[in-house]
Amino acid sequence: MKAGVVVFPGSNCDQDCFHVLRNVAKVETEYLWHRDATIPSDVGLVCLPGGFTYGDYLRVGAMAHVSPIVRAVKEFAARGGFVIGVCNGFQILTESGLLPGALMHNDCLKFLCKTVPLKVERHAAPWTDFEGEVLRVPIAHGQGNYYIDPDGLERLQDNGQILFRYSDPDGDVSKETNPNGSVDNIAGITNEKGNVLGMMPHPERCSESELGNTDGLRIWESVLGHCR
Amino acid sequence: MLRATVTVTLKNEVSDPQGHAVRDTLDNLHPGFAQRVRVGKILHIDLKESDREKARAELDKICREVLSNPVIEEYAFEIEEVTS
Amino acid sequence: MGRGVFPEDLCVFAPLRFKPLFLKTTERTAMVEALKNDPAMTPELIAEHGITPAEYDKILQILGREPTFTELGIFSVMWSEHCSYKNSKKYLKKLPTRGPRVLQGPGENAGIVDIGEGLAVAFKIESHNHPSYVEPYQGAATGIGGILRDIFTMGARPIALVDPLRFGDPRSPKNRHIIGGVVKGIADYGNCVGVPTVGGETHFSRAYNGNPLINVMCIGLMKHSEITRACASRTGDLVFYFGNSTGRDGVHGATFASQEMSEQTQAKRSAVQVGDPFMGKKILEATLDLIQAGAVEGMQDMGAAGLTCCSCEMAGKGDAGVVIDLDKVPQRAADLHPYEMMLSESQERMLAVCRPEKLDEVKRLLAHWDLEAHVLGQVTDDGMMRVRFAGKEVAAIPAELISTESPEYDREYVRSSYLDSIEMFDEETHPAPKDLKKTLLDLLATPELGDKRWIYEQYDHMVQLNTVLIPGESSGVLRIKDTDLHIAIASDCNGLMCWLDPRMGARMAVAESARNLACSGARPLAITNCLNFGNPMKPEIFYQFKEAVEGMGEACAALDTPVTGGNVSFYNENQGEAVWPTPVIGMIGLVERPEHIATVGFKDEGDVVLLVGGPAQHLGGSQLYALLQDKWLGPCPTLDLEFEKRLIEFVLDAIRAGLVKSAQDISEGGLAVALAECCLKSPNGLGAEIDLAMEMKTDAAGTEGSRKRRESAARLDIELFSEAPSRVVLTLAPDRVSELEALAAKAGIPIRRIGRIRPVSKRALSIASVGEIEVSDLRRAFQSGRP
Repeated sequence: MKAGVVVFPGSNCDQDCFHVLRNVAKVETEYLWHRDATIPSDVGLVCLPGGFTYGDYLRVGAMAHVSPIVRAVKEFAARGGFVIGVCNGFQILTESGLLPGALMHNDCLKFLCKTVPLKVERHAAPWTDFEGEVLRVPIAHGQGNYYIDPDGLERLQDNGQILFRYSDPDGDVSKETNPNGSVDNIAGITNEKGNVLGMMPHPERCSESELGNTDGLRIWESVLGHCR
Repeated sequence: MLRATVTVTLKNEVSDPQGHAVRDTLDNLHPGFAQRVRVGKILHIDLKESDREKARAELDKICREVLSNPVIEEYAFEIEEVTS
Repeated sequence: MGRGVFPEDLCVFAPLRFKPLFLKTTERTAMVEALKNDPAMTPELIAEHGITPAEYDKILQILGREPTFTELGIFSVMWSEHCSYKNSKKYLKKLPTRGPRVLQGPGENAGIVDIGEGLAVAFKIESHNHPSYVEPYQGAATGIGGILRDIFTMGARPIALVDPLRFGDPRSPKNRHIIGGVVKGIADYGNCVGVPTVGGETHFSRAYNGNPLINVMCIGLMKHSEITRACASRTGDLVFYFGNSTGRDGVHGATFASQEMSEQTQAKRSAVQVGDPFMGKKILEATLDLIQAGAVEGMQDMGAAGLTCCSCEMAGKGDAGVVIDLDKVPQRAADLHPYEMMLSESQERMLAVCRPEKLDEVKRLLAHWDLEAHVLGQVTDDGMMRVRFAGKEVAAIPAELISTESPEYDREYVRSSYLDSIEMFDEETHPAPKDLKKTLLDLLATPELGDKRWIYEQYDHMVQLNTVLIPGESSGVLRIKDTDLHIAIASDCNGLMCWLDPRMGARMAVAESARNLACSGARPLAITNCLNFGNPMKPEIFYQFKEAVEGMGEACAALDTPVTGGNVSFYNENQGEAVWPTPVIGMIGLVERPEHIATVGFKDEGDVVLLVGGPAQHLGGSQLYALLQDKWLGPCPTLDLEFEKRLIEFVLDAIRAGLVKSAQDISEGGLAVALAECCLKSPNGLGAEIDLAMEMKTDAAGTEGSRKRRESAARLDIELFSEAPSRVVLTLAPDRVSELEALAAKAGIPIRRIGRIRPVSKRALSIASVGEIEVSDLRRAFQSGRP
């Protein structure tokens, strides 16, 4: 089983995700180019990394979602393959309809880069099959303000699709712990089937002790454990 | 030549932080002027297509597919004849 | 705040891909006609181009005839201060530029130093002061774009950005507009391209009203084998262009940067370029692909002075010449005059040279990034830079002579008269503030000394997964993957000290950078500099420049940190008033092992706090007076370079011996602010108990022994707020203190135990005769400093 990291023009966390998957999580990893129309059959996990695909000039993730690779990712997800979209990758997943909702400008209207506590709402296969109520994971985005209409939110809640919410270090979720204005403090959600995860925080940025934090590695190891 | 002017705005029920910020600025500069501000974007597209109806149908599809995000945005467009 | 709230992405929609607009035949004929109507060479036209009558005579000599309008433009750009260093060369030549690790000194796009294991680091600093004043957002963004290109053009992948910024008084709405725009401009470009901003400095003073200093520094990593230089000269090699198309933007940006700010320059908005970070990212990746594949011989980015600078530099060595055809340049306006094309500063454009047989490979590599190679011409052997347009030669200049014959001036200088009227600190006339506790809190609550998180949280400082020390530490520290090596970067300059004494201030800037690196555990390797001064034609300003450059050279020689390049920015004046002389130092250092990295924050209860280094001297140049009383009080403290060198070696030795738990340099705000930061940056928010009047003794087991009153203690406010150089605060476990004392005795470095770290149950900083301040109160003050 291999992992694939998608590269669009303007991706900038592609090498980071590749590094963590291959050198830290120790899974064979390859790059998938945005013009590729298929996902190789031995790939079990596809990662859409962060960045500013096509400069995000029209709308975040908008131009990436019409590229050939995203069509292939949709087919891959429909077959049950695991897909994780981080930051700009999450934005591409909502644009393409693989995940519900949309991501808008942070309510502070500023780009924010800092480490924040995340409450893990569910401990379950494949993404969060580990112990631990609260993770510390860096965010780095200008448009991470998750929007969904009230009906959509209810469906997310009923189906247990909300995986991560912005919280305080003790796991308490409140308006004060919401860095960007997201509905219900949502930081990460899955699709109904649970095989597609989108999250604004960057687990690849906290996967090595050399960088002082390994909370993110648990997410990678969880899903890779279920791929194999 | 035909030129399309596409306007993309946030849906009425979606909160618009940029709009809020602009309104706050206007409130400082011209108190009592603005009630609500919504920020959107305009795209001018010079068309290769010369048939207005065909252009309209295709543009509508393109607006839904990529120029707007139906989850949070709505769009409107006009097509007019211009001299290049 | 204008730009702050209007989102730029709504204003600018950059096309995905520019289609080159070639001139239609009718337009071309019209242009050929227009060329016949080029303005005549009148003294006014020549003066408008910033060319003196003597310089014009030299042009006549070089060409043996009158220049064309296009040629006049070329000379005006190549002989501007920005490209020729005509006013500064004489002194820059004296700077030490060699060292065992220097692989590339001044003269290329960036300096390069060896860091071992076959790796090298390229680094450079640039200013974008004037463009950022006129249009803060785009000015800063294109500054980032330009410095990134300087680095990847050499074959290095940019791994970090550092931004030394200086703004006017933040209470003015105009200055707040500039601050907001600049920070957002830096953030939007750097974040999009994916290069972390790992440090920098931000200063505020009315001395920078109307002329902010926006300096940007970039650091790149490369293998020795990937070093690429601008020049390549084999006859028949092809010169090609890729990236954005050429427009009218930024025509005369380089000469614009060489004039004082006035009401008129405000109106020169056309000189501001617009950045396109997406294209910047694509040409970055494409350039590195081309270099790694060995497909190119030389590479240049079309930054200041665009195509002119680029082609002059590509030829201009030996017999090499170049011929380029402007009809092949992709254009985004249909009626560009050759003069405009040669001088355009449209962003994100590259010029490169390849062997003819490599062209197919070049095209293939560029196509991967949706880029196209436009062959403009080739390298020749007649030593001439020839520019063709519509079948006509519009410029033919002996390429080498443009640089070898460029003017060099020995500017007049005279000791600045203000130096004689500076008010000097005197213990009699400047009594201690009554409430020292309040003084400390007030200082922490100023934008100058307060928390800069509101700035650096807008910058992605973690992308690329190398950032080991994030902004807010003494220096930014990056790991080099697959090795034990770490690179550390610091930038420093205290403008007030330089204003009080340009020579001493410049020495202090170098020393402070080196000390900051040492406090992070890094050995200083080399510097780049950004020399921001007023109008060099004024002898009193040129005196500041000469003094500062000489002082910098002395410090670099003493501290073994050669100068590998830099940038000169003159004419930083607003309505005739020059900014503080500000020679900004960007220094890089090397940490050989990860366990040698030291941080600022207090670590464990019971650790001993030591004050290390020289005496407090006095309160001249202190922020105590500058910030709280708006007094620029002299004199500048003195710096002993030999002592500084020993101090840095001692700190490094102590860290490497595993003795040090935290290290903090004392600079702006003095010891008091340094100690407050140690508490604020402590992972557990630990406080300390400090007594500067007592000599504390601990026995070998670490238990506290006797205390006795120190003799000859300085006045407490001087001890606390002096900004005398060569001083650091170290903490260590009590049982290691005697080892450190032995090391200090050997090195001849005075050290003094001044206190202990308190338990978690007592999170407060207490200073004897000052009082006790809860760490939470320190934090509240520190965070209120945001303008």
